[in-house]
Amino acid sequence: MLAAFSRPPIDWFALSPVLALLGASGLALLAAVLVPAAQRRLVAATLAGLGYVGAILASIWLYVDSPRGHLVVGTAFYRDRWTALAAVIVAAVGLAAVGVSWAQRLSERHVAEYYFLLAAAGAGMIFFVGAGNLMTTFLSLEWFSLCLYVMCAIDYELEGSLEAGLKYLVVGSFGSAALLFGSALVYGATGKIAFGQIAAATAGAGLSHDVLLVLGLALVIGGLGFKSSSAPFHMWTPDVYEGAPTPVTAFMSAATKVAAMLLALRLLATTFPTEHHLWGWATAGIACASLAIGNLAALTQRRVKRMLAYSSISHAGFMLIGLSAGTALGGRALMYYLIPYSAMAFGGFAVVAARERELGREVTLDNLAGFLWERPFLGFSMAAFMLGSVGMPFTGGLVGKFYVFAAAYDHGWTWLVIVGVVATIVSLYYYLAVVRAMWRPAEELRVAVAAGGSPPRDLALHIAVGAALVVTIGSFFAVEPLITLAKHAAAALPL
Amino acid sequence: MHVADLTNWLIWLPIGTAVVLWVVPLSRYWTGGLALLASLAEVGIWIEQAVRFDFQKPGLQFATKATWFKDLHVSYHIGFYGFSLWLAGLTVIVMAACVAYGFWAGRDRSRAYFGLMLFLTGATVAVFAAQDLLFFYAAFEAMLIPLYVLVGVWGGPNRGTATLKLVIYTMAGSLFMLASVIAFGLSQGTFDLVDSSTSASRFVFLGFALAFAIKSPLIGFHGWLPDAYREAPPEVTAALSGVIAKAGLYGFLRICLVKFPEPSSYYRTALLALGVASLLYGSLLAFRVRDFRSVVAYSSFAQSGLIVVGLFAGTDQGFGGAVLQMLAHGFVSATLFLLAGVVERRTTTGDFALLGGMAKGRPVLATLLMVTGVISLAVPGSANFAGEFLILTGVFQRAWWWAALGAAGIVLAAMYMLRLISAVLHEARGSTVSDAALDVRPAEIGILVPLVACLLALSVWPGGVSGHSFQPDQPTQVIGSQLK
Repeated sequence: MLAAFSRPPIDWFALSPVLALLGASGLALLAAVLVPAAQRRLVAATLAGLGYVGAILASIWLYVDSPRGHLVVGTAFYRDRWTALAAVIVAAVGLAAVGVSWAQRLSERHVAEYYFLLAAAGAGMIFFVGAGNLMTTFLSLEWFSLCLYVMCAIDYELEGSLEAGLKYLVVGSFGSAALLFGSALVYGATGKIAFGQIAAATAGAGLSHDVLLVLGLALVIGGLGFKSSSAPFHMWTPDVYEGAPTPVTAFMSAATKVAAMLLALRLLATTFPTEHHLWGWATAGIACASLAIGNLAALTQRRVKRMLAYSSISHAGFMLIGLSAGTALGGRALMYYLIPYSAMAFGGFAVVAARERELGREVTLDNLAGFLWERPFLGFSMAAFMLGSVGMPFTGGLVGKFYVFAAAYDHGWTWLVIVGVVATIVSLYYYLAVVRAMWRPAEELRVAVAAGGSPPRDLALHIAVGAALVVTIGSFFAVEPLITLAKHAAAALPL
Repeated sequence: MHVADLTNWLIWLPIGTAVVLWVVPLSRYWTGGLALLASLAEVGIWIEQAVRFDFQKPGLQFATKATWFKDLHVSYHIGFYGFSLWLAGLTVIVMAACVAYGFWAGRDRSRAYFGLMLFLTGATVAVFAAQDLLFFYAAFEAMLIPLYVLVGVWGGPNRGTATLKLVIYTMAGSLFMLASVIAFGLSQGTFDLVDSSTSASRFVFLGFALAFAIKSPLIGFHGWLPDAYREAPPEVTAALSGVIAKAGLYGFLRICLVKFPEPSSYYRTALLALGVASLLYGSLLAFRVRDFRSVVAYSSFAQSGLIVVGLFAGTDQGFGGAVLQMLAHGFVSATLFLLAGVVERRTTTGDFALLGGMAKGRPVLATLLMVTGVISLAVPGSANFAGEFLILTGVFQRAWWWAALGAAGIVLAAMYMLRLISAVLHEARGSTVSDAALDVRPAEIGILVPLVACLLALSVWPGGVSGHSFQPDQPTQVIGSQLK
C-alpha cells in the first residue's frame, strides 16, 4: 500500500517563505534552552525578525517569479501571486509584531517560546493561504491556530489572558471542527480533496445541487467565518482580542484576517465555481450580519481594545462585500482592502499597547485623554488609523471602501453598497470617539492616569507604528502600483 | 514653471506647509508667521492665476491630469473654469484672513491649529479645482477632518455636541454621495467630470443632492448649523460659512446641474421650494434669535437658500447671480463672523441683551459693521443687491411668484440686519460693554479691511464676476454643453 504512494516532486522554492519562518521558529525554540536568560529575548526576537524578513524577501521573489500560478507538492500548495502577495502582507505584519512585542512585559521564562510561536504562526498562515486541497487547508488552519491559542494565553499569570486563550481554543476548535466536517462532506460527495478536482468532479457528475456538497459548502463557510471573525461566528472575538496580550491581538487582527479572507476567496472560487449563486449570497448575508453586529456593538464600548475588536468584525463585513461579488474586481478589491486594513488594525492595537505600557492598565476612552498632545506622534497615528477605518480621504481606507463598493455595484448589488454606506455612517461615531477622547485635556481625568514621567523608550514600537502610518497614508496615493499587484495576484484565481 | 502647475501649488502648498508645521517644532510666533505667509502666498498664486486666466476662452484652464488608478479610470484631474476660479479666490482670501485672525487671537496649541487651518485651505481649493469625481469626493470629505478638530478642540463649551452633529450630518450625506459617485462613474466608464457625459438616473442625482443640501445647508438638512456656527471659534465659523458651505452650492452647480440635466429639471420645483423655504425660514429665525453669531448663522442659511433658487432657476441671470452671490455672501459672512469675534473678545458675549452702544467711541468698529451690514442687506449698488437682483430676475422667468417669495426674504434680511446693527452699535450701553473696551486694533483692521475692500470692489463691478464666470457668456448653454 505504501509503495503505491508515489512521493510528489517538491518545489522547495515555493515553500521558502514558510521554511524561512519554520527555521527561525525552530532556532528560537532552541534559544529558549541554550541561550542564557539575559540574552534570550534579544536572540529569539532577532531570529523571529530575521525569519520574517526572509519570508518577505522570498515572497517578493516568488511573486516576481510566479506569473503563472500552479500547484506544487502534488495538490498541496499553490505557488502563485495570490499566495505570494498574501505572504508579503502576513510577513510584514509579523515583522511589525516582533517590533511591538519587544518591550511587552512578557514573563521572562517564556519569552523565547513566544517568538517561536510568533514565527510558527506566520508560517502556518502563509501555508494556509497557499493551501491547494482540503487536507492542507485544515492542517495549516490548525497549525497557526494552535500557535495563536498559546500566544493568547502566554501571559497566564494575567487572568484575562488565560481566559482568552481558553475561550479561543474552545470556540476556535468548534470552527475547525466545522471546517473539517464540511471538508469531509465535500469529499464524500465528490471523492476528491484538491480544490480544482472537486470543481471538476462537481461539474462532471452534475453535483451542483447535491445535498452533501451544499451542506459541506455551508460548513466550510462557517469554519472560515470563525477564523475571519465575521458574524455570526464572531462571539469569541471581543473577549479574545481584549484578553490576549496586545501585541498578539495586533498580530491576530491583521494577519489572521488576511489569511482567512484570502484563503476563503480562493477556496470558494476554485472549489465551488458553479455554486457562486450560493456562496455569493451566503457571504453577502454574513457581510450584512458582520456590519450590523460589529458596528452596533462597537458603539457602546468604552474599552478601546474591545471596541477595536468589534471594529475588526465590521471590517470583515466590508471585506466580504468585495468577496461576495466573486468577480475579478471583487478579488482585487479584497486584496487591496487588506493592505491599508492590516496597517490600520495593527497600528491601532500597537498604539493601545504603547498606552498600556505607559499607564500600566487597560486603555479606555477615558484614560486616552490628552494622548494627542502628550504623545503627538502616536496620537496622530492613532487618529489616522481611526479616520482611515471610517474611510476618510488621505488614507487607503477610502480607496479600499471605494473598491469593495465598486465591486458590489459592478456585480449588480446596489443594495449591498447601501448597506455598506449605512454601516459606515454608524461606524463614524465610535471611531471618532477615540479621536475625541485623545484630544480632551488630560487635566479633567488626571485622577485616572498614573503618575507622570516619561513613557518607556520603545523605538521598535515607534518604528512599527510609523510603518503602519506610512502604509495607511501611502496606500491612498499609491493606488495604481498596489492595485496592479492585487490585479496580478487575483489573476491567479479562476474569477 | 508651467502655468498649469499653479493649480497644483494652490492645493498642495498649504497642505505641505501644514505637514511642515506638524513635524517641525517651531515656536508659536514662527508657526503663526509661517502659516500666514503660506496663506498670503496662496493669495499671490491665485492673483497670478486670475491675471493669466483667459476669461474669453471656453473650457477648462490651468488643467493637470495624471492617472490615479487606471483600472476604474480614476484620475487626479484638476483645473479651473471661470466660476470655480472665483470660488477658489474667495477661499484663499477668506482663509488668509481667518489664519491672520487666529494668529492675532493667539490660539493655543498653535502648530496643530495652524496646520489644520492650512490643511482646510488646501482641501477646499481642491474641491473647487477637482475635475475627477473620486478626487472631488476625497477633497469634499477632507474638509471635514480639520473642521472636526478645529471645532472640537478650540470651540466653545458645547463643542462636543456641535462637532458630533456637524460630522454625522455631513458624513451621512457624503457617504450617500460616495454610493452615487460609484454608480455614476462605473456606469459612465470614467470618473472624469470633463470626459463623462450626462446621466438620467434620479437616484444617483439624489445621492449627490443630499450631500450638497446638507453642506449648503438647505431647510430640513440644517440641524448641524446653529451649534457648529455658535460653538466654533469665530475664524473657523467665518471659514465654515464663508467658504465651506459654498462647496455644497458649488456641487449643485458643477455636478447636479451639469451632469444630471433631466433629474435637475424633474426635481427643479422641489429644490426651488427648498431654497425659498430656507430663505424665508432662515430669515425669520435670524430675526428672532438674540445673539450676534446666531443672526449671521441663520442669515447664511437663508442666503444658501437664495443661491439654490438662483441655480435651479436654470436661466442665464440665475446662474450669473448665484455665482456672484456666493462670492458676495462669502465675504459678508466671513467679515461678520470675524466682527462677531472682535465684539466677543471685548465683551465676552454675543448676547444682544448684554450688548449695545458700542458705536460710541469706536468709530472703526461702527464703520466696518455698518458697511458690511448694509451690503449684506442689499442696498442698491451693493454686491449683494446685484446678486440678489440677478437671482430674482432669473427665477422670475421661471414663475413670477418664486421671485415674489424671494423678494419677501430680502425684506426680512433688511429687518434682521438692521436689528443686529442697532443691538450691537446703538441703543443703551450694554452691561458687558465697558469704556475700556478698545476700538478695532490696527491688526484687526489689517484683517477686516481687505475683506470689506473685496466687497466694495464687487459692489463697484459685480459684472466682473457675474459676466466672467461662464464663457461664452451664456451660462445655460455652457452648462447644457457640459462645461467642456
